[in-house]
Amino acid sequence: MEILLAILVGVLYTAGVYMLLRRSILKFIIGIIFLSNATNLLVFLSAGIVPGEPVFVDAKGPMTSTLADPLPQALVLTAVVIGFGIVVYLLAVKYRLFYDTKTDDLDQLKPTEEE
Amino acid sequence: MIAILPILIPVVFMIIHLVIRKPGLAIISGVTGSLVLLISSIAIVHEVFTNGIMAMVVGGWEAPSGISIVIDQMSALFLLVSSVIVVAISIYARNFENKSQYLPRFYLFFFSLILGINGAFITGDIFNMYVWFEVMLLSSFALMNLGFSRQQMRSAIKYMALNLVGSLFFLAGIGLLYGKTGTLNMAHLAEILMNDEQSILINTSAMLFFLAFGIKAAVFPLHFWLPASYHTPDITVSSLFAGILTKVGVYALIRYFTLFFVHDPLFWHSLLFVIAGLTMVIGGMAAASRYETRKILSYHIISQIGYMIFGLAIFTPLGIAGAIFFALHNMLAKTNTFVVSGLISRMRGSYSLKDVGGLFKESPFLAVLFIIPAFALAGIPPLSGFYAKFILIKAGFEDGHIWITAIAILASMLTLYSMIKIWNEAFMKKVPAHVEHKKIVRLRFLDLLPSIILGGATILMGIFAATVFDFTLEAAESLLNPVHYLEEVLSK
Repeated sequence: MEILLAILVGVLYTAGVYMLLRRSILKFIIGIIFLSNATNLLVFLSAGIVPGEPVFVDAKGPMTSTLADPLPQALVLTAVVIGFGIVVYLLAVKYRLFYDTKTDDLDQLKPTEEE
Repeated sequence: MIAILPILIPVVFMIIHLVIRKPGLAIISGVTGSLVLLISSIAIVHEVFTNGIMAMVVGGWEAPSGISIVIDQMSALFLLVSSVIVVAISIYARNFENKSQYLPRFYLFFFSLILGINGAFITGDIFNMYVWFEVMLLSSFALMNLGFSRQQMRSAIKYMALNLVGSLFFLAGIGLLYGKTGTLNMAHLAEILMNDEQSILINTSAMLFFLAFGIKAAVFPLHFWLPASYHTPDITVSSLFAGILTKVGVYALIRYFTLFFVHDPLFWHSLLFVIAGLTMVIGGMAAASRYETRKILSYHIISQIGYMIFGLAIFTPLGIAGAIFFALHNMLAKTNTFVVSGLISRMRGSYSLKDVGGLFKESPFLAVLFIIPAFALAGIPPLSGFYAKFILIKAGFEDGHIWITAIAILASMLTLYSMIKIWNEAFMKKVPAHVEHKKIVRLRFLDLLPSIILGGATILMGIFAATVFDFTLEAAESLLNPVHYLEEVLSK
């Protein structure tokens, strides 16, 4: 399972970087989504993946060393929420920019920047 | 309990500014909030330098598992100087463009930005620092877009792209570091890595952290977002960003690379030296080639970051003290030059040096206000910048880094050149012929007050350089020998 997820992280990073380098702003935002999901999975993997064990245990339960570490999962939860917020903000800016300029292509915007 | 004030005060004033709609009221409450923050920072500095490092845990969980809040000497000094800037900017914001529409919102994001900055200064937990960085980042996005001009949004996209990638590096670094050490508490990390023989294995995470903070601090190969974006928002926002944001990256670099990434000095210090040298020279050269005040000053920020990294790379108490001294001096002087460039553009209606001139005759007082931070940045003796550079150069020679120190001295000529360029073009030369004389804008005392506050702080830092140096040296010594830090944090 870890191998599969590790490959998935790699694929997501590759796709994310590819999308980030495109000229379209929308594709850039999709790239950010890919990258942030890849990073979240990476942090999640650092906990180790243990299937079929209860979340809460008492003293008689299974050894804590066989359980997955819950802290990275909590971190990922925080990071996912932050990621959502950022993507929503990016989309709002993109909408506003499109409303003003009627284009999605970063190169088309260039003339407006000359001083 | 006083340790929580730097984040509690901005939260309270954020809530207040959610409901304020009138610009006049917003200014009063914004300035009040900044003053309260300044007073609390002074109290914190006093407390830390008399009774030692302050540490507390949030929510009553014990130290390695709970989130620690730690204020050591370095945090306290950064808090104090950033609150001085905050006070100056809160007054300066009264000239915000489109005041009635944007000012109440400006103060809202202003306080949330300060919340993130102060949080990053006082936290003792790496994931918590990530969260504060995100708070800072989102508020800076909002501030950068305030006004919604096309140019602003376009440059904001560059700013957002690189900074978001930076925070993803940060998060990935945290994940890998946690996987290897099983802790997020900085003091606990330091303790674990100190006793670990295989600590070279954490180089991957250290590199991810370096990239993340390098992007925030705008060191040489990672600096491209800064000059692309700092000249587009309102000058109030640019001044605030120029003063504080990049220095939070420097603060994080100093904190991480003195407290726990000390395992592989040969590699890291050589890397830091190379980066410091390149940053100084390339930033300085790019600044010298521009003709727009805000662009000159933006590139110049990058050049100055190089000196702070240089101090960190020397890694002696004197070097670190120099880096901290330099950062504090630079925050004040850099904000001040941006503030004055905003005043120049109010009088002349342009930021381009080709369209301004003759200001010395018209407003000699403004010329004095410009010359203070400009000479401080260039390192002219009685002002703070001279002592900052002197400490760094002395530390460099003492530790035997002749070449890089020579580069630092030469690069400061570039600073002098770009400052003299602004001085000559804006103040000394005659008004260019192609500029028709607009109606004269008279600057009132309140317009000049932010610059007076910052300039006064720069002069005071120069006069009491010995005292400030003692503070920074104490901070540097406690960074390089973090016994008290570990004791104080882990005993809670």
